[in-house]
Amino acid sequence: MSTGDKQDFFDKPENIQRILRTFYAICALLVLADFVVHRHTEHGWEGLPGFYPLYGFVGCVILVIIAKWMRKFLMRPEDYYDRLELGGDTATGANGATGTESRSQEEGMSGGQEHV
Amino acid sequence: MFEVAPFIPFFVAALLALVLRGWPRALVMIAVPLLGLANLWMLGAGSFGAYSVLEFDLLLFRADKLSLLFGYLFHVAALIAIIYALHVRDTLQQVASLLYAGSALGAVFAGDLLTLFIFWELLAVTSVFLVWARRNGRAYMAGLRYFTLHILSGLLLLGGIIFYGQAHSSLAFGQIGLGDNAYSWMIFLAFGIKCAFPFFHNWLTDAYPESTPTGTVFLSAFTTKAAVYALARAYPGTELLVYIGATMACFPIFYAVIENDLRRVLAYSLINQLGFMVVGIGIGTSLAINGAVAHAFNDVIFKGLLFMSMGAVLHVTGRINGSELGGLYKTMPKTTILCIVGAASISAFPLFSGFVSKSMVMSAAIKNGYDWVWLILLFASAGVFHHAGIKIPYFAFFAHDSGIRAKEPPANMLVAMTIAASLCLAIGIYPQALYSLLPHEMAYTPYDVTHVLTQLQLLFFSALAFVWLNLRRLYPPELPSVNLDVEWLYRRLFPQAIRGFVTAAFRLDNRVRRAAIGGVGALMDSVASHHRPAGVLARSWLTGSMVAGVVLLLGVYLLLGFAL
Repeated sequence: MSTGDKQDFFDKPENIQRILRTFYAICALLVLADFVVHRHTEHGWEGLPGFYPLYGFVGCVILVIIAKWMRKFLMRPEDYYDRLELGGDTATGANGATGTESRSQEEGMSGGQEHV
Repeated sequence: MFEVAPFIPFFVAALLALVLRGWPRALVMIAVPLLGLANLWMLGAGSFGAYSVLEFDLLLFRADKLSLLFGYLFHVAALIAIIYALHVRDTLQQVASLLYAGSALGAVFAGDLLTLFIFWELLAVTSVFLVWARRNGRAYMAGLRYFTLHILSGLLLLGGIIFYGQAHSSLAFGQIGLGDNAYSWMIFLAFGIKCAFPFFHNWLTDAYPESTPTGTVFLSAFTTKAAVYALARAYPGTELLVYIGATMACFPIFYAVIENDLRRVLAYSLINQLGFMVVGIGIGTSLAINGAVAHAFNDVIFKGLLFMSMGAVLHVTGRINGSELGGLYKTMPKTTILCIVGAASISAFPLFSGFVSKSMVMSAAIKNGYDWVWLILLFASAGVFHHAGIKIPYFAFFAHDSGIRAKEPPANMLVAMTIAASLCLAIGIYPQALYSLLPHEMAYTPYDVTHVLTQLQLLFFSALAFVWLNLRRLYPPELPSVNLDVEWLYRRLFPQAIRGFVTAAFRLDNRVRRAAIGGVGALMDSVASHHRPAGVLARSWLTGSMVAGVVLLLGVYLLLGFAL
C-alpha cells in the first residue's frame, strides 16, 4: 500500500491547487454547456441561462450566512443541557467515565474480532 | 401453503438470540433477513391472518405493492445493519434490534388500525433500548424523552382509532384523509410525530446521535420510514403535507451547517430527506407517490451508509465531533471512500441512487404547479449537498489533521458499508429494478441531458460556494456547542418553569409557616405576660375597686332587664 504517498497527497499545497484548478475548469464548462445544449424546461426561470449554477451558488452562500447568524442566538456551551439534566459536574464526570469504559470495551471487542 | 407473517421470523430469532452466543447467534441473525426476504417474495400480494377482537375484524397481514416495497426495504436494511453490528457482544442490543426490525415489518403489513397500533407501540418500546444501550447518563435521558414522545404518538393513534371505530364499522387501514372530524387529525398527528414533523422533530436529533454506533444504524432505518408508509397509505394527496414537507426539507439544513456532532448533522439531514418524501405524499399523483417511496427506499440505504461510516469513526476513535476530527483519510481510506459514496448518493449525483428518486418528487412538484415548493426543494437539494455531501466527509476525513491515526473498523463493518454502497451505485445505474417495484405504473426516465446537466450545475456550484467560503475563511468553523431548537421548550423552559414554580411555592409555604409560628409565639407571650408576677392578672386588687366592679356588673344587668 502506498500509505506514504497518501499521507502526503492532501498535505501538499500544489496537489490541492491542481484539484481546485480542475474543479474550476469543470464549473466553467458546465456553465458554457448551458449555451450549447438545448434544455427542455417546465418553468420560466429554469430556462434562463445559468439559472441552476447561480441558484446553487447563491443558495449555499445565503444558507451559510444565515446559519452563521443563527449561531449568535442559538449557540450555547456544550454542557448547556447536561448541567441541568445530569446534575452538574459529578454526573458528567461519571458519565464520561462510563463512556470511556464502554468505548474501551468495544475496542476490546473489535480487537478480538481482528484476531479472529 | 403454510403462511408466516414477516415479523414472526424476527421475533423468533430474537428469542434465539437471547439464549445463543458466538457464531450460532451470528448465523441466526444473518439468516433471518435472508429467509424473511425469501418468505416475503413467496407471499407476494395478498392477505391472511384474519382474527377478531370486540366484534372488529382485524387482519395481521395485508400486502400490496406499497407495503411490499417497504417490506423488502426493511429486510435489506435489517441485513445490512445486522452485519454491521456483528462484532457487538451485547445481548440487549442484538435482541432489541431484531424485535425492532420485526415490529417495523408488522406495522407495514398491518391490515387494520388496531394491529398497526400494536406494532406502532412495539416500535417505540423496542427501539428505546437501542438508545439506552449506550449506557450513559445522556443516552438515558435522551431515551426517556424519545420514549415519551413516541408513547404520546401511540396514545394519539389509539384515541384516533377509537373515534374512527365509532364513525366507521370497520377498522381496515386505508385512505383516511383530513376532514372535519377529530380522528383524522389525531391519527395524522400520531403519524406526524413519528415522521418528525416540525416542532415534533427533536426526538430524532436528540436520541439518534446518543445511541451506540450500531444502534443508530437500526434506528435510522425503521421508525421514520414506517411513518412515511403510514402517511402514504392514509393521507396521500393531502395538500397540507406539501407545506409541512417543504418546511422539513428546508429548516434542518441550517442546523446541519452549524452542528458539531456529525451524527446529529446526519439526523438533521434525515429530517431534510423525510421532507422530500412528505412533499411527494402531499402532492399525491402517481409520479409523486412513486418518488416518495422510491426516495424512502434509497434514503434508508444511503443514510444508513452515512450513519455507518460515522459510526465506524466513532467506534475506532471514540470521537464524533467535527471539531475533534479530521485527516482520517490517511489511515482509513476504505471508510473514506465508502462515506463519499454515501455522500454522493444523498446529494443526488448522477449514477448514484438519490438522483433517480429525488428528481421524481421535484418534477411532480413543478408539474402540479407548486412553483415555490419546487424552489424550496431545489434550495434544499443544494443545501443537502452542502452539509451532508461535503461537510460530513470533509470534517471527518479531511480538513485539518487532528493527529488521530485510527485503524480501519472491523471487517464486518466494512462489509456492511460495502453492501450499502454497492446498492447505492446499482440503483443509481440501473433504476428500472427499483422502478418496477413501485406502487404505480409509470414511464419515467431520470437520465436525460437536461436533467443530468442541471443537476451537475447545481451541485458543482454548491461545491464552489463551499470552496469559496472556505478560502475566504467565511465558513463557520466547527465549534463544541449545543444549538437551541424546539427541544429547548421541554428540556429547559418547562423544567425551569416547574422548578421556579416549585421553589416559589415552597418559599411561600415557608413564609406562611414562619408567620403562623411567629403569631402563635406572640400570642403565648402576651398571654403569659398577663400572668407574670407583675402582670395584670397576677396583681393584688383593692376591695373598693372589686365592689365598684360588682356594682357596674349589676348596673348592666339592670339595664338589660329594662331593655328586654
